[in-house]
Amino acid sequence: MKHWDLKVWTPKPVLKLGAFYAVLALVTGSVAAAAVAKDISPERKTELRYVLEQDCGSCHGLTLKGGLGSPLLAGKLAERDAADLASIILDGVPGTPMPPWRPLIQPHEALWLAQILKSGDLGQ
Amino acid sequence: MKVWATSTRWSLGMKMSLTAGLVMGALVAFSATHRAAADELRGTGDMGLVVERASGSLLVVENTTRTQLARVEGLGDLSHASIVYSRDARYGYVFGRDGGLTKVDLLTAKIDARVIQAGNAIGGAISQDGRLVAVSNYEPGGVKVFDAQTLKLVADIPTGSKTVGLVDAPGNRFVFSLYDEGAIWVADMSDPQTPKITKFENVGTQPYDGLISPDGRYYIAGLFGEDGMVMLDLWNIDKGPVRILDGYGRGEEKLPVYKMPHLEGWAMANGMAFVPAIGHHEVLVVDTTTWKEVARIPAHGQPVFVMAQPDGRQVWVNFAYPLNDTIQVIDTQTQKIIKTLTPGKGVLHMEFTARGEDVWMSVRDLDLIKVFDTASFEQRAELPGLKPSGIFFTWRSGRIGL
Repeated sequence: MKHWDLKVWTPKPVLKLGAFYAVLALVTGSVAAAAVAKDISPERKTELRYVLEQDCGSCHGLTLKGGLGSPLLAGKLAERDAADLASIILDGVPGTPMPPWRPLIQPHEALWLAQILKSGDLGQ
Repeated sequence: MKVWATSTRWSLGMKMSLTAGLVMGALVAFSATHRAAADELRGTGDMGLVVERASGSLLVVENTTRTQLARVEGLGDLSHASIVYSRDARYGYVFGRDGGLTKVDLLTAKIDARVIQAGNAIGGAISQDGRLVAVSNYEPGGVKVFDAQTLKLVADIPTGSKTVGLVDAPGNRFVFSLYDEGAIWVADMSDPQTPKITKFENVGTQPYDGLISPDGRYYIAGLFGEDGMVMLDLWNIDKGPVRILDGYGRGEEKLPVYKMPHLEGWAMANGMAFVPAIGHHEVLVVDTTTWKEVARIPAHGQPVFVMAQPDGRQVWVNFAYPLNDTIQVIDTQTQKIIKTLTPGKGVLHMEFTARGEDVWMSVRDLDLIKVFDTASFEQRAELPGLKPSGIFFTWRSGRIGL
């Protein structure tokens, strides 16, 4: 359970990594996307898809049509940059209930989640 | 000899279709129970509904036997679904995320009526006289009120805001909060076609949920945007809302909130109220005569539901993701945690039987509903369910605010 103890989490090193991935994604675009997806094990992808559906779904709706949180349907995210979306996942939206997921989700995983949201291919 | 031969052939035939037979048998047994419920005289007092959030279905369950009687399908998107009951406790009104309002008959396990009344909804309530069902909506923001029998629209109350924390109050009123506007509205439905609305503006930032005390006197809204809550005394409504528990976070930085607390099951027991502290691993204890904080109980994680047993002796707490595999039990006399259970990942909701000898829990990630003895904490039963979430028993039908 220690693993999940959010109080002991220190954000500093990961922040740098997040910035690095955001820049990487902007510069290299889809090449980075492919690399990012490859870095995540199939088991972790299953877990992340599950978290996306069930736990993000608590606020954004199981079908991602929105709720207390905004809709996350592919059509609504078409104009949004994947790296921006990833940074919202990682750092949340201050002043709203959208929490920072950085303690639980790695930056490259957030980018991958942003990409599958944009693609609409949630594998469900 | 002939008799034996016949008998052998029969048993051979049985063996050949053993698998099919078992499946058929199970189905027949399942629907027989279901049919029995419709044909034979029975009460609904020990029955309930369990939301299967991902499949848009409900289980009809029975407390006495700790079993499921039937499944009802076709209820749409049931993420964050909740249920209230008709006053005869025969029908459940199911409020779905997708704006669906469905009236389900527990005795026949069938949908009696269903409307899609908004794009995006969050919960509902039934009026004191049982004639009206109200739904609070995110999109378009507001409250719609329906005839409880037919589900025909009776009144539309647009608020221009996501609307949350809708409860019924004595005097055939509905009380609710405006998330975006930071307001509380009271709608008097004495004349259903023309609701009389009393509005309280600027009560606080982002009320995210609300509850009413079991006696119907105090409406309390939790604030997401501030460390505090707002209370409206409906016996002295002209005094307006007052802030309680101001600054309960004491300036400590909030932890990320991965699951909003729910106030519907807010626990009032032994002269105290037990409430979830947003963004903190704590349960707050409030004296319900002074409304001042008297204690805070360190807990396993951020509380989501803090629920009192019907006798008020113990309070049960579940927690936000990712610590949602655990339940803790607080003794209301000592205000100490006396038991920690780990039913499994994704404990989303708990419901006590009417007199509180059992507590049912949905364990989403195990696709199970587990039943525990509230005195011994032993597990009594487990039932299969598809991603179960909310559990609602019919005893709610006679309770204010549930």
